[in-house]
Amino acid sequence: MRDITVIGAGVAGLFAAWHLSQQGWHPRIIDRNGPPGPHGCSWWAGGMLAPICEGVTADPLIARLGAQAADDWAQVTTVTRHGTLVVALDRDRAELSRFARRAPGHVMLDGAALAELKPDLADHRHALHIPPEAHLNPRQALADLLAALQDRGITVETAEADAQDIAGPVIDARGMAASLPDLRGVRGEMIVLHAPDITLTRPVRLLHPRHPLYVVPRGGGIFMLGATQIESDARRPITARALLEMLSAAYVLDARFAEASVLETGTDLRPAFRDNIPRVTVRGRVLHLNGLFRHGYLMAPALARQAADYLTHQTRGELIHED
Amino acid sequence: MRDFYGVTLDSPLMLGTAQYPSPAVMQQAFAASGASVATVSLRRESGQGQAFGQIVRDLGIHILPNTAGCHNAREAITTARMAREIFETNWIKLEVIGHADTLQPDPFGLLEAAETLAADGFEVFPYTTEDQVLAQRLIDAGCRVLMPWGAPIGSGMGLNNRYGLRTLREAFPDIPMVIDAGIGLPSHAADALEMGFDAVLLNSAVAQAGDPVAMARAFGLAVQAGALAAGADPMGVRDMGAPSTPLIGKAWL
Repeated sequence: MRDITVIGAGVAGLFAAWHLSQQGWHPRIIDRNGPPGPHGCSWWAGGMLAPICEGVTADPLIARLGAQAADDWAQVTTVTRHGTLVVALDRDRAELSRFARRAPGHVMLDGAALAELKPDLADHRHALHIPPEAHLNPRQALADLLAALQDRGITVETAEADAQDIAGPVIDARGMAASLPDLRGVRGEMIVLHAPDITLTRPVRLLHPRHPLYVVPRGGGIFMLGATQIESDARRPITARALLEMLSAAYVLDARFAEASVLETGTDLRPAFRDNIPRVTVRGRVLHLNGLFRHGYLMAPALARQAADYLTHQTRGELIHED
Repeated sequence: MRDFYGVTLDSPLMLGTAQYPSPAVMQQAFAASGASVATVSLRRESGQGQAFGQIVRDLGIHILPNTAGCHNAREAITTARMAREIFETNWIKLEVIGHADTLQPDPFGLLEAAETLAADGFEVFPYTTEDQVLAQRLIDAGCRVLMPWGAPIGSGMGLNNRYGLRTLREAFPDIPMVIDAGIGLPSHAADALEMGFDAVLLNSAVAQAGDPVAMARAFGLAVQAGALAAGADPMGVRDMGAPSTPLIGKAWL
């Protein structure tokens, strides 16, 4: 067993530890805030494993590398493979056609087909189903990943850590705290609702030119609404505007959301490089895993695997950047 | 080319900085377009985000902050003052939205904000309709540039009211004018310049294209073509076909 230190117990650090442990390493995980919780942006994610939807606007590499994410996550947590529904209001049909052109593997649904798949949304006469996509519950996934690591004798130590003071190879996966050059924060805001009457079982994306929305079912009538994407590094609580916009959009999607209980709101910064593609920056014996942007759960498995392969086999994957 | 508050631009293309797949794609799009002005929204983007503001500054071209999303004069004035501090420019694209759905300008709020800001030393680029009376009032308020819309923001419909726009252009021949909003295709941009407008401002048409960088280049070429054509004194429109070469003396068989 070769020793390695992982700093940062978010989705990137934990998944790196997981891959490394499978390749014969013994990782020691250190996080100044301890195990995953509200202090880390992984806590606030949507948990959609939607490489095709994301590929509509993201670099093609995201769709390609993200396609494996559902299988990787399924090794440690429950992954629901019901696909994604994409809907648009009547007047925004053009948005749906554009989306369809860029979303390979979609199935165009008319009102009847949609009613069969999801009667609650039958008011929306135009929709796409993207069957290969999946979702998970991010907080459950982090807990399950932690448990899987624990089975291998790996736990998270609560301590300050500086890569310079640590001997041997180091994975630095601290997100925004790493303050790498060109790393910026992109603000996101989310809402968690309890709406027991609504029975969506797959993520729904509402296309809208100004107020796009996604709704991710968490089971038990709980839904996560997300997420704004604002070029700002302000960490203040959710704005009234974001609440208004997201809840109005949810109401348009299904009027019963108006009666939902608001369980939680959240805000955090997504660490992103200028191309919004995550990378492993190699600086001597320190590997920085960062820049997951809005693709934490989608891209952490690929990022972690490339880091582990680099350390174990000296393979240079396309996310590896040698400084 | 007419100057904008004393600044002569290298290109009649002004490009927005929102909605790109990534800042890297935005940077490439700007480079491919040859745009001379970058507009940036203060309200949401870079409210406190130093990083994005710096990426926009690094484009190395003129920055035109805007008051996008403001629904009354007071909001717009506050946003403009914030923009002046952050970007250290007196330029402000003044946008006061009057209707949440069509995003058409509120002419009354616009005039009120323009008067206040011009008196406060701002160099105002008002986003306005093609209304000639309002245009005169904005000029009286101190605006030395006008930004009439082509069509509603984000609609991509091009020049919706050609008669109105032509009349406006002819009514104020010395005022620099930018067609702002509604441009969906490079041909719309060329059209605006051929009609004698001095520049075009667009964002979604490039940022939301499947290949923003290619579309940016297409717009860069289109504004060049339009500006060249406008300067070349285009032929007039005739009601009938007219031969380019004399018919007399031509072999008939």
